[in-house]
Amino acid sequence: MITLLAIAASLALTPAAMPTPPGELPVDPYEVSNSNAGAEPLSDPAVFEAFGGIEGIDRIVDDMVERITVDPRLADIFRASDFVRLRRTLKEQFCYLLGGPCDYTGMPMRSSHADHGITTAEFNALVENLQLAMDAEGVPFRMQNRLLALLAPMQRDIVTR
Amino acid sequence: MRKIVILATLAGAILSAAASAQGAPSRFDFETGGKLLLTRGITEVGGAGGGGITPWAVITGNETDRGIGGTVHYTRLDLPDFTFQSYGAAIGLFDRVEFSYARQEFDTGATGGALGLGNGFTFAQDIWGAKLRVAGDAVYGQDRWMPQIAVGVQYKQNDQGAVIGAVGGDSASGYDLYASATKLYLSQSLLVNVTARLTNANQNGLLGFGGDLGTDHTLQGEVSVGYMISRRLVVGAEYRFMPDNLGFARQDDWYDLFAAYAVNEHLTLTAAWADLGSIATFGEQRGLFLSIQAGF
Repeated sequence: MITLLAIAASLALTPAAMPTPPGELPVDPYEVSNSNAGAEPLSDPAVFEAFGGIEGIDRIVDDMVERITVDPRLADIFRASDFVRLRRTLKEQFCYLLGGPCDYTGMPMRSSHADHGITTAEFNALVENLQLAMDAEGVPFRMQNRLLALLAPMQRDIVTR
Repeated sequence: MRKIVILATLAGAILSAAASAQGAPSRFDFETGGKLLLTRGITEVGGAGGGGITPWAVITGNETDRGIGGTVHYTRLDLPDFTFQSYGAAIGLFDRVEFSYARQEFDTGATGGALGLGNGFTFAQDIWGAKLRVAGDAVYGQDRWMPQIAVGVQYKQNDQGAVIGAVGGDSASGYDLYASATKLYLSQSLLVNVTARLTNANQNGLLGFGGDLGTDHTLQGEVSVGYMISRRLVVGAEYRFMPDNLGFARQDDWYDLFAAYAVNEHLTLTAAWADLGSIATFGEQRGLFLSIQAGF
Protein backbone atom coordinates (compact mmCIF):
# COMPACT_ATOMS: atom_id res chain seq x y z
CA MET A 1 0.00 0.00 0.00
CA ILE A 2 2.76 2.38 1.04
CA THR A 3 4.71 1.41 -2.08
CA LEU A 4 1.69 2.11 -4.25
CA LEU A 5 1.25 5.53 -2.63
CA ALA A 6 4.90 6.31 -3.19
CA ILE A 7 4.63 5.37 -6.85
CA ALA A 8 1.50 7.46 -7.22
CA ALA A 9 3.21 10.42 -5.53
CA SER A 10 6.27 10.13 -7.73
CA LEU A 11 4.07 9.97 -10.82
CA ALA A 12 2.27 13.12 -9.71
CA LEU A 13 5.58 14.93 -9.29
CA THR A 14 6.85 13.94 -12.70
CA PRO A 15 6.54 16.99 -14.95
CA ALA A 16 3.67 16.52 -17.30
CA ALA A 17 4.61 17.01 -20.92
CA MET A 18 2.96 20.25 -22.05
CA PRO A 19 1.16 19.89 -25.36
CA THR A 20 3.25 21.74 -27.94
CA PRO A 21 1.39 24.93 -28.97
CA PRO A 22 0.81 25.31 -32.71
CA GLY A 23 3.78 26.68 -34.59
CA GLU A 24 6.26 25.82 -31.85
CA LEU A 25 8.91 23.14 -31.69
CA PRO A 26 8.59 20.51 -28.95
CA VAL A 27 10.74 20.96 -25.83
CA ASP A 28 11.87 18.53 -23.16
CA PRO A 29 9.33 18.27 -20.32
CA TYR A 30 9.83 20.56 -17.31
CA GLU A 31 7.81 21.61 -14.30
CA VAL A 32 5.60 24.56 -15.20
CA SER A 33 5.51 27.21 -12.49
CA ASN A 34 5.36 30.96 -12.16
CA SER A 35 8.50 30.70 -10.05
CA ASN A 36 10.31 29.94 -13.34
CA ALA A 37 9.79 33.62 -14.25
CA GLY A 38 12.83 34.44 -12.12
CA ALA A 39 11.41 37.22 -9.94
CA GLU A 40 8.41 38.14 -7.85
CA PRO A 41 5.81 40.18 -9.78
CA LEU A 42 5.30 43.89 -9.12
CA SER A 43 2.16 44.84 -7.22
CA ASP A 44 1.97 48.45 -8.45
CA PRO A 45 -0.80 48.59 -11.10
CA ALA A 46 0.61 51.87 -12.44
CA VAL A 47 3.54 50.02 -14.02
CA PHE A 48 1.36 47.49 -15.87
CA GLU A 49 -0.74 50.43 -17.05
CA ALA A 50 2.36 52.37 -18.19
CA PHE A 51 3.32 49.39 -20.35
CA GLY A 52 -0.07 49.55 -22.07
CA GLY A 53 -1.35 46.37 -20.45
CA ILE A 54 -1.25 43.04 -22.25
CA GLU A 55 -1.55 44.66 -25.70
CA GLY A 56 1.34 47.03 -25.00
CA ILE A 57 3.51 44.21 -23.67
CA ASP A 58 2.72 42.13 -26.76
CA ARG A 59 3.82 44.98 -29.04
CA ILE A 60 6.99 45.55 -27.00
CA VAL A 61 7.99 41.89 -27.15
CA ASP A 62 7.23 41.64 -30.88
CA ASP A 63 9.30 44.77 -31.52
CA MET A 64 12.13 43.54 -29.28
CA VAL A 65 12.27 40.17 -31.04
CA GLU A 66 12.28 41.92 -34.44
CA ARG A 67 15.25 44.01 -33.28
CA ILE A 68 17.06 40.97 -31.87
CA THR A 69 16.79 39.05 -35.14
CA VAL A 70 18.55 41.80 -37.08
CA ASP A 71 21.10 42.76 -34.38
CA PRO A 72 24.51 41.57 -35.61
CA ARG A 73 25.70 41.33 -31.99
CA LEU A 74 23.09 38.66 -31.33
CA ALA A 75 23.04 36.78 -34.62
CA ASP A 76 24.90 33.76 -33.26
CA ILE A 77 22.73 33.34 -30.19
CA PHE A 78 19.31 33.21 -31.78
CA ARG A 79 20.20 31.52 -35.05
CA ALA A 80 18.51 28.25 -34.09
CA SER A 81 15.83 29.65 -31.81
CA ASP A 82 12.12 28.94 -31.88
CA PHE A 83 10.94 32.53 -32.23
CA VAL A 84 7.27 31.59 -31.93
CA ARG A 85 7.91 30.10 -28.53
CA LEU A 86 10.31 32.91 -27.57
CA ARG A 87 7.67 35.57 -28.26
CA ARG A 88 4.96 33.69 -26.35
CA THR A 89 7.05 32.97 -23.25
CA LEU A 90 8.58 36.49 -23.15
CA LYS A 91 5.10 38.03 -23.34
CA GLU A 92 3.94 35.76 -20.51
CA GLN A 93 7.00 36.53 -18.43
CA PHE A 94 6.81 40.33 -18.80
CA CYS A 95 3.03 40.32 -18.22
CA TYR A 96 3.45 38.17 -15.10
CA LEU A 97 6.37 40.23 -13.71
CA LEU A 98 4.53 43.50 -14.33
CA GLY A 99 1.63 42.25 -12.22
CA GLY A 100 -0.66 41.47 -15.15
CA PRO A 101 -3.23 38.65 -15.26
CA CYS A 102 -0.83 36.13 -16.84
CA ASP A 103 0.96 32.95 -15.89
CA TYR A 104 4.48 32.15 -17.04
CA THR A 105 4.68 28.71 -18.62
CA GLY A 106 8.27 28.90 -19.87
CA MET A 107 11.39 27.33 -18.47
CA PRO A 108 13.52 28.71 -15.64
CA MET A 109 16.09 31.28 -16.81
CA ARG A 110 19.09 29.08 -16.15
CA SER A 111 17.90 26.06 -18.15
CA SER A 112 16.33 28.07 -20.97
CA HIS A 113 19.64 29.85 -21.62
CA ALA A 114 22.08 27.10 -20.70
CA ASP A 115 22.89 26.12 -24.30
CA HIS A 116 23.16 29.64 -25.70
CA GLY A 117 26.57 30.58 -24.30
CA ILE A 118 25.50 34.16 -23.64
CA THR A 119 28.07 36.77 -22.57
CA THR A 120 27.47 39.89 -20.49
CA ALA A 121 27.91 42.02 -23.63
CA GLU A 122 25.17 40.01 -25.35
CA PHE A 123 22.92 40.23 -22.29
CA ASN A 124 23.38 44.01 -22.41
CA ALA A 125 22.57 44.03 -26.13
CA LEU A 126 19.29 42.28 -25.29
CA VAL A 127 18.62 44.95 -22.65
CA GLU A 128 19.28 47.71 -25.22
CA ASN A 129 16.85 46.17 -27.69
CA LEU A 130 14.24 45.93 -24.94
CA GLN A 131 14.88 49.58 -24.02
CA LEU A 132 14.40 50.64 -27.65
CA ALA A 133 11.18 48.61 -27.86
CA MET A 134 9.87 50.18 -24.63
CA ASP A 135 10.81 53.63 -25.98
CA ALA A 136 8.88 52.90 -29.17
CA GLU A 137 5.83 51.95 -27.08
CA GLY A 138 6.20 55.22 -25.13
CA VAL A 139 6.86 53.63 -21.75
CA PRO A 140 8.33 56.31 -19.46
CA PHE A 141 12.00 55.65 -18.59
CA ARG A 142 11.41 55.36 -14.85
CA MET A 143 8.70 52.75 -15.53
CA GLN A 144 11.05 50.88 -17.89
CA ASN A 145 13.50 50.69 -15.02
CA ARG A 146 10.91 49.01 -12.78
CA LEU A 147 10.94 46.06 -15.19
CA LEU A 148 14.70 46.18 -15.76
CA ALA A 149 15.24 46.04 -11.98
CA LEU A 150 13.53 42.63 -12.00
CA LEU A 151 15.37 41.39 -15.09
CA ALA A 152 18.88 42.60 -14.13
CA PRO A 153 19.63 39.89 -11.52
CA MET A 154 18.77 37.23 -14.13
CA GLN A 155 22.14 38.10 -15.68
CA ARG A 156 23.67 35.68 -13.19
CA ASP A 157 21.56 32.79 -14.59
CA ILE A 158 21.57 33.83 -18.24
CA VAL A 159 25.26 34.67 -18.74
CA THR A 160 27.31 31.51 -18.90
CA ARG A 161 30.59 32.58 -20.45
CA MET B 1 55.43 54.01 -7.93
CA ARG B 2 57.73 51.99 -10.17
CA LYS B 3 55.33 49.04 -9.93
CA ILE B 4 52.42 51.17 -11.04
CA VAL B 5 54.38 52.45 -14.03
CA ILE B 6 55.41 48.93 -15.02
CA LEU B 7 51.86 47.64 -14.67
CA ALA B 8 50.49 50.53 -16.67
CA THR B 9 53.09 49.97 -19.40
CA LEU B 10 52.26 46.26 -19.53
CA ALA B 11 48.58 47.04 -19.73
CA GLY B 12 49.27 49.50 -22.53
CA ALA B 13 51.18 46.83 -24.45
CA ILE B 14 48.27 44.41 -24.07
CA LEU B 15 45.89 47.11 -25.19
CA SER B 16 47.76 47.89 -28.38
CA ALA B 17 48.23 44.19 -29.14
CA ALA B 18 44.51 43.59 -28.75
CA ALA B 19 43.63 46.63 -30.84
CA SER B 20 45.87 45.49 -33.70
CA ALA B 21 44.38 41.99 -33.46
CA GLN B 22 40.81 43.14 -34.05
CA GLY B 23 39.13 41.08 -36.74
CA ALA B 24 41.89 38.50 -36.85
CA PRO B 25 42.19 35.50 -34.53
CA SER B 26 45.06 36.05 -32.16
CA ARG B 27 46.35 34.91 -28.83
CA PHE B 28 45.30 38.36 -27.62
CA ASP B 29 41.70 37.84 -28.64
CA PHE B 30 40.02 40.12 -26.10
CA GLU B 31 36.61 41.58 -26.69
CA THR B 32 35.97 45.29 -26.59
CA GLY B 33 32.71 47.01 -25.74
CA GLY B 34 29.61 45.63 -24.11
CA LYS B 35 28.80 47.86 -21.14
CA LEU B 36 25.45 49.64 -21.01
CA LEU B 37 25.50 53.38 -21.72
CA LEU B 38 26.93 55.54 -18.93
CA THR B 39 27.72 52.56 -16.68
CA ARG B 40 31.48 53.13 -17.10
CA GLY B 41 31.00 56.51 -15.42
CA ILE B 42 32.85 59.62 -16.49
CA THR B 43 36.41 60.54 -15.45
CA GLU B 44 36.95 62.30 -12.16
CA VAL B 45 39.54 65.09 -11.94
CA GLY B 46 42.16 62.63 -10.62
CA GLY B 47 41.80 60.37 -13.65
CA ALA B 48 39.79 57.49 -12.20
CA GLY B 49 36.46 56.28 -13.53
CA GLY B 50 33.79 57.89 -11.44
CA GLY B 51 31.84 61.03 -11.10
CA GLY B 52 33.38 64.45 -11.67
CA ILE B 53 35.24 65.00 -8.40
CA THR B 54 35.26 61.54 -6.82
CA PRO B 55 36.13 58.00 -7.94
CA TRP B 56 33.38 55.40 -8.22
CA ALA B 57 33.57 51.62 -7.90
CA VAL B 58 32.90 51.22 -11.63
CA ILE B 59 35.79 50.32 -13.94
CA THR B 60 36.44 52.67 -16.86
CA GLY B 61 36.05 51.56 -20.48
CA ASN B 62 33.21 49.76 -22.23
CA GLU B 63 34.65 46.31 -21.65
CA THR B 64 32.92 43.50 -19.78
CA ASP B 65 34.57 40.66 -17.87
CA ARG B 66 35.75 39.27 -21.23
CA GLY B 67 37.65 42.22 -22.55
CA ILE B 68 39.55 45.46 -22.32
CA GLY B 69 38.51 49.07 -22.65
CA GLY B 70 39.88 52.52 -22.25
CA THR B 71 39.04 56.20 -22.01
CA VAL B 72 40.69 59.58 -22.45
CA HIS B 73 39.37 62.76 -20.89
CA TYR B 74 39.74 66.50 -20.82
CA THR B 75 38.18 68.56 -18.04
CA ARG B 76 38.23 72.32 -17.60
CA LEU B 77 36.95 74.38 -14.71
CA ASP B 78 36.93 78.15 -15.04
CA LEU B 79 36.98 79.79 -11.61
CA PRO B 80 36.87 83.52 -10.80
CA ASP B 81 40.59 83.68 -9.94
CA PHE B 82 42.03 80.47 -11.40
CA THR B 83 41.70 78.00 -14.26
CA PHE B 84 41.81 74.28 -13.58
CA GLN B 85 42.46 71.64 -16.24
CA SER B 86 42.79 67.88 -16.11
CA TYR B 87 43.54 65.51 -18.94
CA GLY B 88 44.62 61.91 -19.13
CA ALA B 89 43.93 58.33 -20.08
CA ALA B 90 42.78 55.19 -18.34
CA ILE B 91 42.35 51.55 -19.22
CA GLY B 92 39.98 48.95 -17.82
CA LEU B 93 40.81 45.26 -17.81
CA PHE B 94 38.01 42.69 -17.63
CA ASP B 95 35.75 45.14 -15.79
CA ARG B 96 37.94 44.32 -12.81
CA VAL B 97 41.09 46.45 -12.80
CA GLU B 98 41.69 50.04 -13.84
CA PHE B 99 44.93 51.95 -14.41
CA SER B 100 44.86 55.68 -14.95
CA TYR B 101 47.05 58.68 -15.55
CA ALA B 102 45.97 62.29 -15.29
CA ARG B 103 47.79 65.59 -15.41
CA GLN B 104 46.28 68.48 -13.54
CA GLU B 105 47.18 72.09 -14.21
CA PHE B 106 46.09 74.90 -11.97
CA ASP B 107 46.77 78.22 -13.68
CA THR B 108 46.82 81.16 -11.28
CA GLY B 109 46.62 83.71 -14.13
CA ALA B 110 46.70 87.31 -12.87
CA THR B 111 46.09 85.97 -9.35
CA GLY B 112 49.61 84.55 -9.46
CA GLY B 113 50.91 88.09 -9.67
CA ALA B 114 48.85 89.13 -6.63
CA LEU B 115 50.23 86.14 -4.70
CA GLY B 116 53.78 87.11 -5.63
CA LEU B 117 54.24 84.04 -7.85
CA GLY B 118 54.11 85.87 -11.14
CA ASN B 119 51.30 86.14 -13.67
CA GLY B 120 50.31 82.80 -15.16
CA PHE B 121 52.15 80.79 -12.52
CA THR B 122 50.83 77.22 -12.82
CA PHE B 123 50.82 74.40 -10.29
CA ALA B 124 50.79 71.04 -12.05
CA GLN B 125 50.80 67.45 -10.91
CA ASP B 126 50.88 63.98 -12.39
CA ILE B 127 48.49 61.43 -10.92
CA TRP B 128 48.98 57.70 -11.38
CA GLY B 129 46.04 55.61 -10.28
CA ALA B 130 45.11 51.96 -9.89
CA LYS B 131 41.74 50.58 -8.88
CA LEU B 132 40.58 47.04 -8.15
CA ARG B 133 36.96 45.99 -8.08
CA VAL B 134 36.61 43.63 -5.13
CA ALA B 135 32.91 42.80 -4.67
CA GLY B 136 29.35 43.25 -5.81
CA ASP B 137 27.78 44.45 -9.02
CA ALA B 138 26.32 47.95 -9.25
CA VAL B 139 24.04 47.11 -12.18
CA TYR B 140 22.96 43.47 -11.94
CA GLY B 141 22.73 43.15 -8.15
CA GLN B 142 19.26 44.72 -8.06
CA ASP B 143 17.95 41.99 -5.73
CA ARG B 144 20.75 42.52 -3.22
CA TRP B 145 21.71 45.30 -0.85
CA MET B 146 25.40 44.79 -1.65
CA PRO B 147 26.86 47.63 -3.74
CA GLN B 148 29.81 47.29 -6.12
CA ILE B 149 32.95 47.93 -4.12
CA ALA B 150 36.39 48.90 -5.35
CA VAL B 151 39.60 49.97 -3.66
CA GLY B 152 42.13 52.27 -5.24
CA VAL B 153 45.30 54.27 -4.89
CA GLN B 154 46.40 57.54 -6.47
CA TYR B 155 50.03 58.58 -6.40
CA LYS B 156 50.50 62.28 -7.06
CA GLN B 157 53.66 64.20 -7.93
CA ASN B 158 53.46 67.99 -7.90
CA ASP B 159 56.06 69.95 -9.88
CA GLN B 160 56.12 73.08 -7.67
CA GLY B 161 57.89 71.74 -4.60
CA ALA B 162 59.68 75.00 -3.75
CA VAL B 163 56.48 77.08 -3.63
CA ILE B 164 54.65 74.35 -1.74
CA GLY B 165 57.39 74.38 0.87
CA ALA B 166 57.31 78.16 1.06
CA VAL B 167 53.57 78.23 1.87
CA GLY B 168 53.91 75.60 4.59
CA GLY B 169 53.28 72.42 2.63
CA ASP B 170 55.07 69.33 3.89
CA SER B 171 55.69 67.48 0.61
CA ALA B 172 55.37 67.84 -3.15
CA SER B 173 54.27 64.23 -3.57
CA GLY B 174 51.79 62.03 -1.84
CA TYR B 175 49.24 59.31 -2.22
CA ASP B 176 45.56 58.80 -1.53
CA LEU B 177 43.97 55.45 -0.67
CA TYR B 178 40.26 55.08 -1.23
CA ALA B 179 37.38 52.64 -1.14
CA SER B 180 34.25 53.29 -3.20
CA ALA B 181 30.80 51.72 -3.06
CA THR B 182 28.53 52.29 -6.06
CA LYS B 183 24.97 51.10 -6.48
CA LEU B 184 22.29 51.62 -9.05
CA TYR B 185 18.80 51.64 -7.54
CA LEU B 186 17.05 50.89 -10.82
CA SER B 187 13.54 50.87 -9.34
CA GLN B 188 14.13 54.47 -8.32
CA SER B 189 16.31 55.35 -11.35
CA LEU B 190 18.94 56.45 -8.83
CA LEU B 191 22.69 56.04 -8.72
CA VAL B 192 24.53 56.43 -5.43
CA ASN B 193 28.26 56.39 -4.72
CA VAL B 194 30.04 56.74 -1.43
CA THR B 195 33.83 57.00 -1.28
CA ALA B 196 36.07 57.01 1.78
CA ARG B 197 39.49 58.50 1.08
CA LEU B 198 42.62 58.55 3.20
CA THR B 199 44.48 61.67 2.15
CA ASN B 200 46.70 64.52 3.26
CA ALA B 201 46.47 66.37 -0.04
CA ASN B 202 45.98 70.14 -0.07
CA GLN B 203 43.48 71.10 -2.77
CA ASN B 204 43.70 67.59 -4.17
CA GLY B 205 47.53 67.87 -4.12
CA LEU B 206 47.75 71.04 -6.21
CA LEU B 207 49.08 72.82 -3.09
CA GLY B 208 51.10 69.80 -1.98
CA PHE B 209 50.63 67.28 0.78
CA GLY B 210 50.38 67.89 4.51
CA GLY B 211 51.33 71.19 6.06
CA ASP B 212 51.97 73.25 9.14
CA LEU B 213 48.57 72.24 10.59
CA GLY B 214 49.06 68.50 10.08
CA THR B 215 50.89 65.95 7.96
CA ASP B 216 48.93 62.75 8.66
CA HIS B 217 46.45 61.17 6.28
CA THR B 218 42.89 61.69 7.47
CA LEU B 219 39.69 59.95 6.39
CA GLN B 220 37.47 62.08 4.14
CA GLY B 221 34.05 61.22 2.77
CA GLU B 222 32.78 61.80 -0.75
CA VAL B 223 29.23 61.29 -2.02
CA SER B 224 27.62 61.31 -5.46
CA VAL B 225 23.91 60.95 -6.18
CA GLY B 226 22.52 60.81 -9.70
CA TYR B 227 19.03 60.57 -11.13
CA MET B 228 18.74 58.88 -14.52
CA ILE B 229 16.45 60.83 -16.80
CA SER B 230 17.06 58.58 -19.81
CA ARG B 231 19.53 55.97 -21.02
CA ARG B 232 21.76 58.85 -22.07
CA LEU B 233 21.24 61.49 -19.41
CA VAL B 234 21.92 61.57 -15.70
CA VAL B 235 21.76 64.62 -13.43
CA GLY B 236 22.95 64.82 -9.87
CA ALA B 237 25.12 66.30 -7.17
CA GLU B 238 28.42 65.51 -5.51
CA TYR B 239 30.05 66.52 -2.24
CA ARG B 240 33.67 65.95 -1.29
CA PHE B 241 35.05 66.67 2.17
CA MET B 242 38.58 68.07 2.25
CA PRO B 243 41.33 68.08 4.86
CA ASP B 244 42.69 71.43 6.10
CA ASN B 245 46.44 71.25 6.63
CA LEU B 246 47.72 74.65 5.48
CA GLY B 247 47.73 77.54 7.93
CA PHE B 248 47.97 80.29 5.33
CA ALA B 249 44.76 79.37 3.51
CA ARG B 250 41.62 77.66 4.73
CA GLN B 251 40.46 74.78 2.50
CA ASP B 252 36.76 74.26 1.94
CA ASP B 253 34.85 71.16 0.86
CA TRP B 254 34.04 70.77 -2.84
CA TYR B 255 30.61 70.21 -4.31
CA ASP B 256 28.95 70.27 -7.70
CA LEU B 257 25.67 69.89 -9.54
CA PHE B 258 26.15 67.94 -12.77
CA ALA B 259 24.52 66.67 -15.93
CA ALA B 260 26.24 63.91 -17.92
CA TYR B 261 25.11 63.01 -21.42
CA ALA B 262 26.18 59.96 -23.41
CA VAL B 263 26.23 61.07 -27.04
CA ASN B 264 26.88 57.43 -27.96
CA GLU B 265 28.80 54.47 -26.54
CA HIS B 266 32.09 56.29 -27.17
CA LEU B 267 31.49 59.88 -26.12
CA THR B 268 30.19 61.37 -22.87
CA LEU B 269 29.84 65.09 -22.21
CA THR B 270 29.49 66.50 -18.72
CA ALA B 271 28.60 69.99 -17.57
CA ALA B 272 28.54 70.96 -13.92
CA TRP B 273 28.38 73.91 -11.61
CA ALA B 274 31.24 73.35 -9.22
CA ASP B 275 32.04 75.18 -5.98
CA LEU B 276 35.54 74.62 -4.60
CA GLY B 277 35.18 77.27 -1.88
CA SER B 278 38.29 79.16 -0.86
CA ILE B 279 41.57 78.40 -2.63
CA ALA B 280 44.87 80.00 -1.54
CA THR B 281 42.98 82.77 0.32
CA PHE B 282 40.77 83.56 -2.70
CA GLY B 283 37.20 82.79 -1.71
CA GLU B 284 34.09 81.74 -3.60
CA GLN B 285 35.87 79.77 -6.30
CA ARG B 286 32.89 78.48 -8.22
CA GLY B 287 32.24 78.12 -11.90
CA LEU B 288 31.42 76.05 -14.91
CA PHE B 289 32.94 72.58 -15.05
CA LEU B 290 33.07 71.01 -18.52
CA SER B 291 34.36 67.53 -19.24
CA ILE B 292 34.60 65.39 -22.32
CA GLN B 293 35.36 61.70 -22.17
CA ALA B 294 35.92 59.42 -25.14
CA GLY B 295 36.33 55.68 -24.82
CA PHE B 296 35.87 52.20 -26.16
